[in-house]
Amino acid sequence: MSTATSWVVLGATSVLCFSVKLLGYFIPEGWLAHPRLQRVNALVPISLLSALVVAEGLVIKTRLVVDHRLAGLVVALGLLFAKAPFPVVVVSAALTSALVFHLH
Amino acid sequence: MPRDTFRDALSVALTVGAYGVAFGAAGIAAGFSVLQTCLFSLLTFTGASQFAAVGVMAAGGGALSAVAAATMLSTRNALYGLQMAPLVRAKGLRRVVAAHLTIDESTGVALAQTPRGTTSMRYGFWLTGSGVFLFWNIFTLLGALGAKALGNPASWGLDAAVPAAFLGLLWPRLTTTFLRVVAATSMAFAMLLTPWLPAGVPIIASVLVAVVFGWRER
Repeated sequence: MSTATSWVVLGATSVLCFSVKLLGYFIPEGWLAHPRLQRVNALVPISLLSALVVAEGLVIKTRLVVDHRLAGLVVALGLLFAKAPFPVVVVSAALTSALVFHLH
Repeated sequence: MPRDTFRDALSVALTVGAYGVAFGAAGIAAGFSVLQTCLFSLLTFTGASQFAAVGVMAAGGGALSAVAAATMLSTRNALYGLQMAPLVRAKGLRRVVAAHLTIDESTGVALAQTPRGTTSMRYGFWLTGSGVFLFWNIFTLLGALGAKALGNPASWGLDAAVPAAFLGLLWPRLTTTFLRVVAATSMAFAMLLTPWLPAGVPIIASVLVAVVFGWRER
């Protein structure tokens, strides 16, 4: 990633995300009230976060790969089932993945 | 100020703010500088979108995919704003600040105060929003500096911390079987598309799953 690209991503993300927030304070209440829009909108974070788990944990560029990251994810999944707090989940995943990375 | 509201706001602000460490580390692992990573938390200030933007770049995706994923993840904030606007009733600069602080947590705590009355709801919104803002930014800086000092992201497992963070953000939302099916389908869909599309695009394409499942009333 070039320095220019990183600034563009930062700038565009910040401007757009803030505009979306501001939108909620300026548009008339009826506009976003359509039930279909509300239903889809409620599901969008779930779909995106699910795809992001795949893209970050199982993909390199455009290939599906199984590597040290998957070991971390499996531990994270187990801890989430056990209702562990978020920081514990993330740190344990990182440590597991690092361990597998170095053993390899 | 109602004491219970204060306690709710503070505990949420501290817990959620601490996640900032994970974002700080993710920003560095993706190749952003410490300054850029901190600016994300100051200016974008909506956790899942921040993770998405740096996550797509880390996955080798294009800038357009990164920005699109982050923006689509933030659309729920507009719906929150719609609910918070009549409560906050701010004008001018105050309204701009209120909009910036409109996130999952500030809206959630405000709505949770409903039985305690409008004043408590308004306090809940402002206290949680500004509290999360403060701690989220402090912890982002700490995470970024920490990750910078550690060096190679893979050797410290930072590359696995990011998907684990996404899983951690996803988990509490999967409250019904239907939502779990949506999540599983989205994951399968993303995997299916991965070899055929440029990096990052399968993430955006997963929104189709949300559209299909949300189209009809259940």
